[in-house]
Amino acid sequence: MWKRLRERYKYSLILLRELVRTDFKVKYQDSILGYIWSVLKPLFMFAILYVVFVKVLQVGRGVEHWPVALLAGVVLWQFFTDVTSGSLKSIVSNGGLLRKIKFPRYIIIVSGTVSAFITLLINSAVVLLFAVFNQVEVSWHVLGIIPLVLQLFLFALGVALFLSAAYVKFRDIQYIWDVVSQALFYGSAIIFPISMIANIGSIGQTLTYVALANPVAQVIQDVRHLAISDTVPSLWTVGGGNIYLYFVPLTITIATFIFGAWYFRRKSPYFAEGA
Amino acid sequence: MNDVAVSIQGVKKFFKLPHEKEDSLKLQLINAFKQGRQKGHDEYRALKGIDIEIRKGDFIGILGRNGAGKSTLLKIIAEIYQPTSGRVKVNGKLVPFIELGVGFNPNLSGHDNVYLNGAMLGFTRSEVDAMYDSIVDFAELHDFMGQKLKNYSSGMKVRLAFSMAIRADADILLLDEVLAVGDAAFQRKCYEYFDSLKANKKTIILVSHGMGVIRKYCNRAVLIDDGRVVCSGTADEVADEYLKLFSQSAAISKTRESGNRWGDNAVRIHDIDFKVADDTVKITTTLVAADKPVSNVKFGFRIKDTKGNVLIGANNLNVDGGQKLSFASKEKKKLEFLLPNILGNQRYSLSATVNSVGDEAIHDSWEDITSIHNSRDGVYYPLLAPATLRIVGRER
Repeated sequence: MWKRLRERYKYSLILLRELVRTDFKVKYQDSILGYIWSVLKPLFMFAILYVVFVKVLQVGRGVEHWPVALLAGVVLWQFFTDVTSGSLKSIVSNGGLLRKIKFPRYIIIVSGTVSAFITLLINSAVVLLFAVFNQVEVSWHVLGIIPLVLQLFLFALGVALFLSAAYVKFRDIQYIWDVVSQALFYGSAIIFPISMIANIGSIGQTLTYVALANPVAQVIQDVRHLAISDTVPSLWTVGGGNIYLYFVPLTITIATFIFGAWYFRRKSPYFAEGA
Repeated sequence: MNDVAVSIQGVKKFFKLPHEKEDSLKLQLINAFKQGRQKGHDEYRALKGIDIEIRKGDFIGILGRNGAGKSTLLKIIAEIYQPTSGRVKVNGKLVPFIELGVGFNPNLSGHDNVYLNGAMLGFTRSEVDAMYDSIVDFAELHDFMGQKLKNYSSGMKVRLAFSMAIRADADILLLDEVLAVGDAAFQRKCYEYFDSLKANKKTIILVSHGMGVIRKYCNRAVLIDDGRVVCSGTADEVADEYLKLFSQSAAISKTRESGNRWGDNAVRIHDIDFKVADDTVKITTTLVAADKPVSNVKFGFRIKDTKGNVLIGANNLNVDGGQKLSFASKEKKKLEFLLPNILGNQRYSLSATVNSVGDEAIHDSWEDITSIHNSRDGVYYPLLAPATLRIVGRER
């Protein structure tokens, strides 16, 4: 029994590695610069964002290291959408494969997530460049990023598992998700400082709590707080150091992952005929 | 019980076919409220209760016409589909794919595809490293491994796929129409591979609608029609039943998309008619070219007995008035072959091939298109023509 279990996951890991490798090989194929694009692309994107949001719109004026905080937020959000929107159709688009070969279906979603994660690591290196350029001080708090990114990984994977499985049967999901992810994007205070929500007025404080119940927002603000500037409000500072407040986004993260995995597992025997 | 490799017990598979596209939430909601009234889908009963027991070391063929449910059954055995009811018990390691070259990525080089495909078979990179040279040797693709797969010819792809597939370390193999592709040389390689499998006592389940392979390799066969097992037994017995199926459903043996058919479709057999009168056999066919003009075309047919032996064959080059055929774009040509009826009182099947003289391109190759029963009283075996008889001696 134990041996069979180990054999099963051995196969998944071999396949996962090869699929991720394939993904990266195919991605920048036929381009002259090849892999260099994976660094050049975020570099140019950030340059544009920097000019538009920092120099033209001047949204984060007065916020310490705002340009770096902006980029860190965008990079994390990019990871989240790469995983969720990227996975949405992947079960259906791999229908041909699913009908011809038996392998654990979740590999498709997990390999997409791992690919997006590697992109996140590359992008983070570029953000680091901007951080050095902006003279961001680094403390041991930076290590706090690791569990936070792990949390985002889990949340994104849970959402992706649900979306991709649901899309097989309900094609409306893609439009619904377009709208929901737009709402999440603005609700996560990525292109503006979260302090702007607190300043709305009497309901500002409540709205901040609501916004930070969303794991994406909570992770992004925490990362900004820990790695870039401790003047950025996070759920920790907003709640006055009340650790129990983390119960909400963490529960949402874990519940989303469990529900997504459960739903995917329940539906996966029927993917081959539905896709 | 231990010598059973696969046990299929009362397997049914129904597919829901929506009247319209039912993939949206709106329709789902509407249908939810329509409870009790007519639902928005039909049910397609692909398998209506299948019981088959396959013993270890069996080379079993599953025969049936298109849409009979063969491939659905194979997918259920492979756990790609879930049965609606019934169950399949598999005793041994099952190969994970049912078709050659599954999961090949056209944008990767041959080299990278070997590793990708190896992973699908469960091999680590170092395991593939160890077998890489022999894979390339077998596929005879030394000079092409650095090229992308999309630049391979179909024959090269099949060779690579095949030399990967024979690496699969499994007790039970599932093969769906493997021989539907490839040239004669490749098919020979397949046969050799089958022989080695047989020698190694592997269990093989082969799905086909061509009787030739099944008769040649399978020790057992099952005929499936309309989602049910019609009969099972030796390959020859089942093949005979299979031929009967065609004449029952088509009074005159008019063309139907049923045979084991492949080719590049530059020229297709549009229809074909196989008639036997008392003295003559008449084969009429209409060939139609695709968008491009085609020259040097050869059409040949073969008449086989129920054992699969070819008794008579002819083409437009080896008969009186024979000539190569040329087609303008989309041109249709009707051919008529007349030959003396030397056939005995038996059932015969017709196969035909349209190919190119010169290069080996196969435009349309169609095995066992149709069958007829020749009822000629008193003649039980094919006659040699022209046969003569002299009484050369007499004693009294």
